[in-house]
Amino acid sequence: MPVTTDAITSIVVNGVTIEAVERGEGRPILFLHPGIGIETDAPVLAELARGGRVIAPSHPGFGGSQLPKGMTTVDDLAYFYLDLLDQRDLRDVLVVGVGLGGWIAAEIAVKNCARLSRLVMANAIGIKAFDRETRDIVDIWSLLPEDFDKLAYFNPDNGKRDYANLPEAVSLAAARNREAYARFCWSPYMHNPKLKGRLHRIHIPALFLWGTADRILSEKYGRAYCAAIPGATFERIERAGHFPHLEQPQEFARRVLAFADAGAQSATRARRA
Amino acid sequence: MQVYVFTEQPYYPVWNDHQGSLRVNLPNRKLDPNIAGDLFHRYYDEWMVADELGYNIMVNEHHQTATCMSSAVVIGLSILARQTKNARLLVLGYPIGHRPDPLRIAEELATIDVISRGRLDMGFIKGVPYEFTASNQNPVGVMDRFWEAHDFILKAMSSHDEPFNWEGEYFHYRHVNIWPRPLQQPYPPLWSTTGNPNQARLLGEKGYVLATLGSGYGTRPVFDAYRQAYLAKWRKPAGADRFGYLGLVAVADSEDEARRRAEFVAGYLRTSSIVYRPFRNPPGFLSIQDNARQLRGESPPRSFTKDGRGINMHRASVQDLIDAGIMFCGTPDQVYEQIVDFCEYCGGMGNLLMMAHAGFLSHEDTIGNLTLFAKEVMPRLKEWKQPVAETEAA
Repeated sequence: MPVTTDAITSIVVNGVTIEAVERGEGRPILFLHPGIGIETDAPVLAELARGGRVIAPSHPGFGGSQLPKGMTTVDDLAYFYLDLLDQRDLRDVLVVGVGLGGWIAAEIAVKNCARLSRLVMANAIGIKAFDRETRDIVDIWSLLPEDFDKLAYFNPDNGKRDYANLPEAVSLAAARNREAYARFCWSPYMHNPKLKGRLHRIHIPALFLWGTADRILSEKYGRAYCAAIPGATFERIERAGHFPHLEQPQEFARRVLAFADAGAQSATRARRA
Repeated sequence: MQVYVFTEQPYYPVWNDHQGSLRVNLPNRKLDPNIAGDLFHRYYDEWMVADELGYNIMVNEHHQTATCMSSAVVIGLSILARQTKNARLLVLGYPIGHRPDPLRIAEELATIDVISRGRLDMGFIKGVPYEFTASNQNPVGVMDRFWEAHDFILKAMSSHDEPFNWEGEYFHYRHVNIWPRPLQQPYPPLWSTTGNPNQARLLGEKGYVLATLGSGYGTRPVFDAYRQAYLAKWRKPAGADRFGYLGLVAVADSEDEARRRAEFVAGYLRTSSIVYRPFRNPPGFLSIQDNARQLRGESPPRSFTKDGRGINMHRASVQDLIDAGIMFCGTPDQVYEQIVDFCEYCGGMGNLLMMAHAGFLSHEDTIGNLTLFAKEVMPRLKEWKQPVAETEAA
């Protein structure tokens, strides 16, 4: 189901204009995209919109979103989204992040969970899990594009884009995404050395989803990450790699919404009790 | 015209022994430290000869590569500052945006200037794409960091009355007061490199020497962008001494002998792009527009011959390199005419950065190349009157 153009909106936060897809009704779902960006017609957004009001922004510097001067860290992005939640006065927000988006979600949650209900982190980067001579996360900027696709996707063809025959805006957005990804993740590579020691502050239910064919990140890394968040659970998604929201959008959305619904039921039970 | 002699101090013995990458990831086990020592001594001996022959000298640095063993410019400058007598010592360049500590850079270069008794030329550069993998410096935003380092270094060199404070976006110091301070006032002359007209305009406003490499008969628009900005800012035309150009040189008494040497000197260009492909274009190195064009499979040639033919300088024949003004090759008369012709095309170009040695060119050939050029070509170039390009202020 293609997203109609009227689902694409502009959001202004602190004078910075970002583009976002907004669709669906009900509980707010903030979808935070991975380092490769988000295409506005990504099927996962329509799937998630069956269970709530999806807000899927392009992060500052990505896609068609502005980049304010001085915004250079994932910390900055986390504060930006906390400001967005305040500005919209959003409550009980389900935050869903993939890859870099998962890292941003964790940085938001360690700062302030007051407006959040639940957290879903899929194939998330963001922590240093192992010793200093172990490269926890494959260096994607030293890979040939075809090798990146082989490591990141269950089916490498899912990563291919024929930019020569797509509108110029698509290659421009891809170039912006690549640059912005490196701006936030070049060094320390794809992580914040402080984050692991702060994850105990996350006191809302958290679910890790893991595309099992991911060879950018190991499942061992994901499980170490999950273990550092009190009470977080871990679920695997088969036939998907680093981007399970792209390779298994229905299954991804089904797991996210089931987790959210379990929360709604337990909240109701808690109120009755 | 000023002539600066340049070699990258290559470790050429492994140039034919690699798996597609001479830079970044070629294991250093392939380097024999004894042979490396012999080569360094040879290269410094050749620079000593160059000093006696009346040349200036240019040094640079690259990292983790068999194409260039000079990995810290300050080492070469230190040796040359003490051992040479007359040559100006140009570093082109110092990748200041990569360094963690510009205070250290200011201290190093001021000391070199003092020891050399004021012979230092300071070239600050962005660095080629492969350096970001080696330094781990984020290529995104590196020019912001570069300009802050630049501003800091100049302030450190020109502040003499009391320690100053610096709390910028990238660098933080509370009591800056370098000892020694530089001899040349307020600081040694500044140089930089670019092939980009926008960056050339910026350099023109600052009045720094602009140098290019491999731009051949595509150089003029870059120089003209500089000239326009220079005229607007300084209310006078930019002199030829504001421009530098790296040319490969192979000269000999006979054309055949010059061509034989040229095949070795061309080894510089033929090896410089041998690097694992992902290291060639780190994110943020090129503009968004240029990267989008690459994604669409559009990559126009960047080197052109005099008659407008695009060439790839990394794979071109010696004849193509001559036609493109990237190499000057032949008898002394031919080399002189090629250089003059190129400078006429440029509208004036006053600093030839002469790569007289590369790769497998032997010591004897290198000395022969240097000596003949110094005797037969350089004096005529020094006498030759540079053209003055007509410029309208930007």
